[in-house]
Amino acid sequence: MNLHEYQAKELFRRFGIPVPAGEVAATSAQAAAAAGRIGANNPGSIWVVKAQVHAGGRGKAGGVKLARSPEEVGQLARSMLGTRLVTKQTGPQGMPVNQVYVESGSEIARELYLSLLVDRSKERIAFIGSAAGGMDIEEVAATTPEKILTTAVNPAAGLQAYQARQLGYGLGLTNEQVIQFVALAMKLYRLFNDCDASLLEINPLIVTVAGDLVALDGKINIDENALFRQRELQTMRDPSQEDDMERRAAEHDLNYVSLDGNIACMVNGAGLAMATMDLIKLHGGAPANFLDVGGGATPERVAAAFKLILSNPQVKVILVNIFGGIVRCDLIAEGIISAVRDVNVAVPVVVRLEGTNVDQGRKMLKDSGLAITPADDLTDAARKAVAAVGAASAATPNADRA
Amino acid sequence: MSVLVNKTSKIIWQGLTGKQGSFHAQQCLEYGTQIVAGCTPGRGGTEHLGIPVYNTMPEAVKATGADVSVIFVPAPGAADAILAAADAGVKLVVCITEGIPVLDMVRVKAALKEYDCRLIGPNCPGIITPGECKIGIMPGFIHQPGRVGIVSRSGTLTYEAVYQTTRNGLGQTTCIGIGGDPVRGMDFIDCLELFQQDPATDGVIMVGEIGGTDEEAAARYIQQHVTKPVVAYIAGVTAPPGKRMGHAGAIVSGGEGTAAAKFAALEKAGVRTVRSPAELGSAMQELLR
Repeated sequence: MNLHEYQAKELFRRFGIPVPAGEVAATSAQAAAAAGRIGANNPGSIWVVKAQVHAGGRGKAGGVKLARSPEEVGQLARSMLGTRLVTKQTGPQGMPVNQVYVESGSEIARELYLSLLVDRSKERIAFIGSAAGGMDIEEVAATTPEKILTTAVNPAAGLQAYQARQLGYGLGLTNEQVIQFVALAMKLYRLFNDCDASLLEINPLIVTVAGDLVALDGKINIDENALFRQRELQTMRDPSQEDDMERRAAEHDLNYVSLDGNIACMVNGAGLAMATMDLIKLHGGAPANFLDVGGGATPERVAAAFKLILSNPQVKVILVNIFGGIVRCDLIAEGIISAVRDVNVAVPVVVRLEGTNVDQGRKMLKDSGLAITPADDLTDAARKAVAAVGAASAATPNADRA
Repeated sequence: MSVLVNKTSKIIWQGLTGKQGSFHAQQCLEYGTQIVAGCTPGRGGTEHLGIPVYNTMPEAVKATGADVSVIFVPAPGAADAILAAADAGVKLVVCITEGIPVLDMVRVKAALKEYDCRLIGPNCPGIITPGECKIGIMPGFIHQPGRVGIVSRSGTLTYEAVYQTTRNGLGQTTCIGIGGDPVRGMDFIDCLELFQQDPATDGVIMVGEIGGTDEEAAARYIQQHVTKPVVAYIAGVTAPPGKRMGHAGAIVSGGEGTAAAKFAALEKAGVRTVRSPAELGSAMQELLR
């Protein structure tokens, strides 16, 4: 689960991590009023108005703007609110801007990069720092890996001061700044653990002209698996920033990811679901989605999955691929048949069933009188689904191409 | 022969009395698995499915001499259950539970270093030595005792590989589902090492997926240490970067963990890769001919 910048900075404040004065606003009037309040702590009389979306690359996309007066803050807020911001991370449809963050301007001497994440190969929380702040860190890592500093933390001992000190000196900080940096790193480590974060990124972490460290941006992702014990953070979820289909799928305990093809997939198991997408591609088709209905594949979930899939207008064919392990194939077939009937599925459905009572299941599908094509195996299923797209397109030449 | 578990393995079932735990314990009992004890705090002294239940792991271990445990405890208590098993002297813990917070696993993995205890999972189907011992949620009937070792990050894809090798007569020595989480117990290398040492295993099928660099590490290990034929498939060629594909660990991030990079590393190490999971069984059959 992703947090907005304003939410991340609220957590930063709570953990004692220095951030510029700022307030979130949902209307231009609120933004102007916030600027007035911040003005008292803003001797330079420069404000920054930042669109709150769950995507990076806001600056280049016009989602971060400077203002010289509270009135201008209000005008900028008005121009951003209610629009969709398209950055290189959002895709062409962009993300809705429902809030802006109004912040005091900062006098920047240096820009650094700092993040914490779970290093999978070391199986530890790791700090990643770079003196090349404000840049795309993946690009820095690819072109100049020597500019990336990392240190992994032993979970039993926790972050040690020497680790933070070495990182701070490595970033070229002065003695005074290193003292600040050690304190900051300790607080970030505590925040990461206490909030069950999976990623915490400050880009840039700035050194001000006065020589102080300040977090100018903040990005925090929370581990979905830990939300059961993060009740307060749960309330920070912003559904407007999530893919509508993926959000609806989550409500039914379905794992769904939108893709841009026209063959919808319904599969039990994440690995098999990915493999099914790959097979469609391998046979010349394009998958419309990733969808894991879970190991159980009960009739209710199958019906919910059909409804979800069919709300995507690009879908021309549905490929159902179920390896019936513990659940018998005849029961799954029954679920598919009743779902196709109840949901009124109008596109061809190719079904590959395998496992217990498979012959019975296939026969039931065949005898159902519905537009269900049984497939013998994985390869056959992918071929038949791709062929069905061709047939569907030929039958309706004016239909929108996916 | 087999690896890790066989017909003499005695198992303690942590979370025996829950709905999922009961259902799958029943299936394992029918397969012939020796489940000798259950462990559910508060239910000590009772019996469930004819199996004695204990409040604590040390009691269960002491009463039965079991050195394997399987965990069906819900995610909030699963990390605790893993360490309870290790601390009671269990040598192999199989954790089926899905949805454990990753920082719990970071702490568990660090603490497990103190014990002589292997962990399989979490978020996995378990382990099976066909005809002898099934510990987990896999459908027993698709397996057949035989010559191939299978190791996989994905449950249902393991079943594909199993079913294909059963139908073409190769059969399996042991199948290990190592799970779909980013921080987990045994990895590919641990399993490859065991299969390489097992005289009954003639070849290994490994099924990987996007995310992390375990397959790349396995490729280097295979090049140096594995003389038996290996067939590999990686799921997620078409997965978009930055998106979690069902499994917590299945995500391409920062340009790392792509299927293309894994395929390339495995091919460089001389592994026979297949672009379709439907070809896992036939590719292994060719190599073992």
